[in-house]
Amino acid sequence: MMAFLNSISWVAVAFHTLAAVVVISALLVVLVRNIVHAVLWLAVCFIALAGVFLTLDADFIALVQILVYAGAVCIMVVFGIMLIRRGNMGESNQFNRQVFAGGGVAVLVTLLSGVLSFRIRYAGSPPDVPENTVDQIATLLLSKYVIPFEVAALLLLVALVGAIFLAKEVKADADS
Amino acid sequence: MLTLSVSLHHYLILAAVLFGIGLFGVLTKRNAVAVLICVELMLNAININLLAFNKYITPGDFIGQIFAIFVITVAAAEVGVGLAIIIAIYRNKLSVNLDEFDWLKW
Amino acid sequence: MVEFAMHNAWLVPLLPALSFVIIVFLTKPWKRLSALVCVAGMVLSCVIATLAAYGVFTNHEFTEKPLVYAVRWFSMAGLNIDVGVQLDPVSAMMMFMVTLVGSLIFIYATGYMEGDPGYSVFFSYLSLFAASMLLLVISSNLLQMFVAWELVGLCSYLLIGFYSHKISAREAAKKAFITCRVADFGLLLGLLSLQIVFGTLNLTELAEKISNFGQYTSMGILTLITVLVFLGPIGKSGQFPLHVWLPDAMEGPTPVSALIHAATMVVAGVYLVGRTMFLFTEVPSAMELVAVTGGFTALFAASIAITQREIKRILAYSTVSQIGYMMLALGLGSLTASMFHLWTHAFFKALMFLCAGSVLHALHHKADVWEMGGLIKKMPITGWTFVVGGLAIAGIPPFAGFWSKDEILLAAFDTGHYVLFTMAALTAFMTAFYMWRMIFLALFGDEKPENHPHESPWNMTLPLIGLAVLSAVGGLVGTPWAPFWQEWIFFGHPHHAEPNYLIMIGSVVLAAAGIYLAYTLYCADKTKARAHALKERYKFFWTLSYNKYYIDEIYLWFNHTFIDGAARLFYLFDIYVVDGIIVNGIAAITRLSGEGLRVTQTGRLQNYALVFFLGVLAVAVVLAFTGPSVAAGLTGGVK
Repeated sequence: MMAFLNSISWVAVAFHTLAAVVVISALLVVLVRNIVHAVLWLAVCFIALAGVFLTLDADFIALVQILVYAGAVCIMVVFGIMLIRRGNMGESNQFNRQVFAGGGVAVLVTLLSGVLSFRIRYAGSPPDVPENTVDQIATLLLSKYVIPFEVAALLLLVALVGAIFLAKEVKADADS
Repeated sequence: MLTLSVSLHHYLILAAVLFGIGLFGVLTKRNAVAVLICVELMLNAININLLAFNKYITPGDFIGQIFAIFVITVAAAEVGVGLAIIIAIYRNKLSVNLDEFDWLKW
Repeated sequence: MVEFAMHNAWLVPLLPALSFVIIVFLTKPWKRLSALVCVAGMVLSCVIATLAAYGVFTNHEFTEKPLVYAVRWFSMAGLNIDVGVQLDPVSAMMMFMVTLVGSLIFIYATGYMEGDPGYSVFFSYLSLFAASMLLLVISSNLLQMFVAWELVGLCSYLLIGFYSHKISAREAAKKAFITCRVADFGLLLGLLSLQIVFGTLNLTELAEKISNFGQYTSMGILTLITVLVFLGPIGKSGQFPLHVWLPDAMEGPTPVSALIHAATMVVAGVYLVGRTMFLFTEVPSAMELVAVTGGFTALFAASIAITQREIKRILAYSTVSQIGYMMLALGLGSLTASMFHLWTHAFFKALMFLCAGSVLHALHHKADVWEMGGLIKKMPITGWTFVVGGLAIAGIPPFAGFWSKDEILLAAFDTGHYVLFTMAALTAFMTAFYMWRMIFLALFGDEKPENHPHESPWNMTLPLIGLAVLSAVGGLVGTPWAPFWQEWIFFGHPHHAEPNYLIMIGSVVLAAAGIYLAYTLYCADKTKARAHALKERYKFFWTLSYNKYYIDEIYLWFNHTFIDGAARLFYLFDIYVVDGIIVNGIAAITRLSGEGLRVTQTGRLQNYALVFFLGVLAVAVVLAFTGPSVAAGLTGGVK
């Protein structure tokens, strides 16, 4: 029993469990008929993904994932849905007429990506990842990648201004 | 005997499946907000790839992780602007049904 | 003084050119001043030309080696074009003649053009013409000559169409320009071939190279070049079959007809052939062509002139005929006779045109000789100078025409061209006849009561007197007993023909017979009954001649049938093939494919995304499952 337990790679267990959660919740995001439910499943999916990121030794990204996606993005989408609310939420997440064609293309893309991913060759066992990833990312971001970092900051600012401008209430007499 | 192991390929398959689901949603959902959500799924699939490559191929230099951070940043911005556009369109058309938006047509 | 003139002969064309510029830019509003500038430029130019000619004709070395000075105009690999002055007896004579006749005609024009709204413009054109003509005369280079050749063509066009309010004048100007263009195209081809074959267009260098042309080209090519070059003179000098423009050119003001279409421009063709004599003498067949063209044109034009009624038209056909004479002489190899006739012809033909102009001036442009009569009583100066011109052209000694015509007849006889000799003699007879027919009808006989002629002002009669004197004595420079001309102007070696009294007397008899015949038919016979009877009897020939052998009609018919036919064919081609199949076809294909393809434009974003991902799939499959070389080929070799 102990031998069996010792032979289990707990990382593998975690991965497979999380992967199952990710796939199922993602499918539910697409398939449920209520858009609010879909957003809730999206949050589940993002949290499970954060777990997957942890198995990849990316603890900082996992944290950011929960903060930005599960927190900010999902809340923002819910706010968006609120603003464009309609009478019956039950039928708010329907398919359009190209569901089979779209499904076919999606399956084909998935299969192709899967097949192609097996072509990748790499050194068998993963090398050890340094302990303190946050420090190193921070150092890199503020030294080697400082310009993309600043550009990203600028992008966020522009997106902020743009979103405000677009979503702003249009005054009735604006045209006249 | 069932052996549970994990390798780069597992992550890539997971990413492929998630990308496929996201793509399916993008191509087939009627609601503009749903399409936006599915785009997020696709971006996350990419993030899985980036982090997996980072771990298995270039563990020391964090390129994948930094790239993932930028992807998350851009995705956040995209959601903000995207929602703003959807709201603006809704204000004009009282609808977020993409089937009704065919102004690009001749 | 003489030295200066000889070494600065470029001033001769430059002064009229300056007059042109001054008139156009400064003095145009003041017509008297414009005329003064024009005449002054010409007279000054005449003074310089006279001095230069004096220098040339007192120093025998210029007959062997012309005085040439030139500057490089432009040069590139294998092509060096000079522009310069070549002074030898021929060009000096020509320069002197053009400036002298030009000056007299310019003075005449100040009176003739009185009251015309375009007075200043007319004189600016005249100056431009004089400059171009003199540039042509002094050219040391065939390209330079060609430029001047085209310039005189332009001036001719402008001046023929000077009364542009008249449709006939506009049409005549176009006809002249287009006909000459046809010919000039041949000339241009000829000059280009000369440049290509011999590598130079300088007259002196060409003369040397062509004297042993075997090194450069074959006889056949040289013949072709010569014929091409000769096309230019055929057009410019109104030789058959391109003579049709010259009679119509009489639509221009009379001083223009006298200057351009009698004395100077139309003989430019003769001058060009004379200048390139070294080329023509190498090709016997071309010489034959020149001689036959000239001889035939002389007879042909004379036979038309016999029946014409308009005074200037008679003179125009006479000009064509006389230039035919000059060509005939050139073709016989006698530059001497040709240039001699050019020289005398310039005087008496200019005189006759100016007299005709004076008559027209007095009769308010009534041109038909049958409606004139007895003018000599009211216009004595015009009338008697006209008579002098008539005697000169008919060939009555000692007037100018006799000597030069005799020289040509002698050349034909001596070289054994008896057919051409006969044609020339016949032409001489006809010339005397039709000229005196015109003179008897216009000047003698009964006065017509509806005409109120008056003598012209002094500035018109003075040039008439001057030209009459020149017509009377101009031929004395080359009599068989004092062959001054023959010693100076020749090609190859000076030719001293023995005076042939038989021909001399014969030609006088022919001329006298012509005049007498005209007298009996048109002067002695008051009712002109016999003339009409003759006309009725030979109705067929009369109609043919009166309608100029229908050459214009033949050209028109040719145009209508072939050129319009071809145009119609091209029109149909344009309508049905170019417009129908190509233009509309492409449009239809575009529209149909657009109609078909617009179905694919659903306007739905997700539809586009679907197709987009199908494309992504296709590209990914190709890149992933084919060899690296195919993938590299598809991606344009991107590594």
